[in-house]
Amino acid sequence: MSSVSNITRVTLFKDLRLEWRSKDAINSMLFFALLVVVIFSFSFDPTAEESRHIAGGLVWVAFLFAAVVALNQTWAREVRNQVLDAYRVSPAPANSLFLAKALGNFIFVTILEALMTPLFIVFYNLRPLGPGYQLVFVAILGTWALVVNGTFFAAMSLRTRAREIMLPLLLFPISIPAVIAMVNATGAILTGEASAKFWIVLLVAYDVVFTTGCLFLFEIVLHAE
Amino acid sequence: MSRTFTILAIVAAGLLSWGLYGALVGAPTEQTMGDVQRIFYYHVPSAWTAFTLFAVNLVASVVYLIKRNPKADALALASAEVGVVFCTVVLVTGPIWARPVWGIWWTWDLRLTLTLVLWLIYVSYLVLRRFSSGSQTPVMAAVLAILGALDVPLVYFSIWFFRTQHPQPVVGGGGSIDPRMLHVLLLNWAAFSCFGALVCWSRYRVEVVQREVEEMLALESLLEPRGAR
Repeated sequence: MSSVSNITRVTLFKDLRLEWRSKDAINSMLFFALLVVVIFSFSFDPTAEESRHIAGGLVWVAFLFAAVVALNQTWAREVRNQVLDAYRVSPAPANSLFLAKALGNFIFVTILEALMTPLFIVFYNLRPLGPGYQLVFVAILGTWALVVNGTFFAAMSLRTRAREIMLPLLLFPISIPAVIAMVNATGAILTGEASAKFWIVLLVAYDVVFTTGCLFLFEIVLHAE
Repeated sequence: MSRTFTILAIVAAGLLSWGLYGALVGAPTEQTMGDVQRIFYYHVPSAWTAFTLFAVNLVASVVYLIKRNPKADALALASAEVGVVFCTVVLVTGPIWARPVWGIWWTWDLRLTLTLVLWLIYVSYLVLRRFSSGSQTPVMAAVLAILGALDVPLVYFSIWFFRTQHPQPVVGGGGSIDPRMLHVLLLNWAAFSCFGALVCWSRYRVEVVQREVEEMLALESLLEPRGAR
């Protein structure tokens, strides 16, 4: 077990250091999300009361699109330098690689959310009328729901033609229940009209089911020939 | 094998004609909805057939991942393709019925949304198969089929939270249905199941033959000396 966590840690720190020096993923994601926010605010131009009702949807759609930008780059570097082939012949467990990549993406998308949320608040005059601390749970669970499947499907779409377009085609249909839960939970908390508990439980269930499923199946995907 | 196929084809044709007669003439006209209700005899059997085919796809995918048997993969592909066709029939006939009865084409109700999401997942399954090449396609597709199946209960619960507008299941759901209508419905269900199995089977045979041909061509091009071409 210690070898799993060791390899995960080493891979994760390698990815974080590479990202820290290049800032490829985070910059493109940030700029993309910024563009989405600006275009949304032109398209809807809501009042503060309206924006409370639609903000949950806007925020998560922006994060979902931006996350795809980062997720698409997850494996590109490893393919270019034949790291994946080396990994396949090494005795290192496949899941530790997957966990490292998923955690790395989780950190990138969390940073994106932390930087973009103030912008949303400014542009849409947002102030939660419900229990605001629950937004933190929704953000963590929702982000993990997106990146765990996103990392997995990015690995799958590596073997396809037009891999950049393949990822959203695979990721979005499967993510529908997670998106429904995230949007409704955020909406419920912002308007304070309903409880977000059911949606948070649903997100937990989604995360547990798909984390288990991805860990169970990733070795098959990595070694598929 | 081909004799069973012929018999199945004849049975399917017979059942489909009988079912068509039953749906248009045999079954009594529904009191409040009128003749538009007759679409029910195609809508519901198509849905059952589509869901059965998706279940076949899931089983074939799991079998493929365990046994790595190419025939299981061919069956998975055939059942997914035919299932998407039947699911499309469900999604098209539903709104045609809903517009005069509910007054709206579409609503985000439990069963409608679940069917739509299933359709989306299986279309993405077919897109993945189309866009990936080589020997890893069956593995990727089988993995996606399993993840898609994991998604279904989650979609169910995420939409279950809303009020549902779809008529409660009339069969096994405590609703009452005229026995003559039930008879026609079950007849059409049998007909559609036979028809679905028939189409899926032919698609499966085409797929197996196509793979054999591709294998043969690849072998030939390997054996052929370079100068000969």
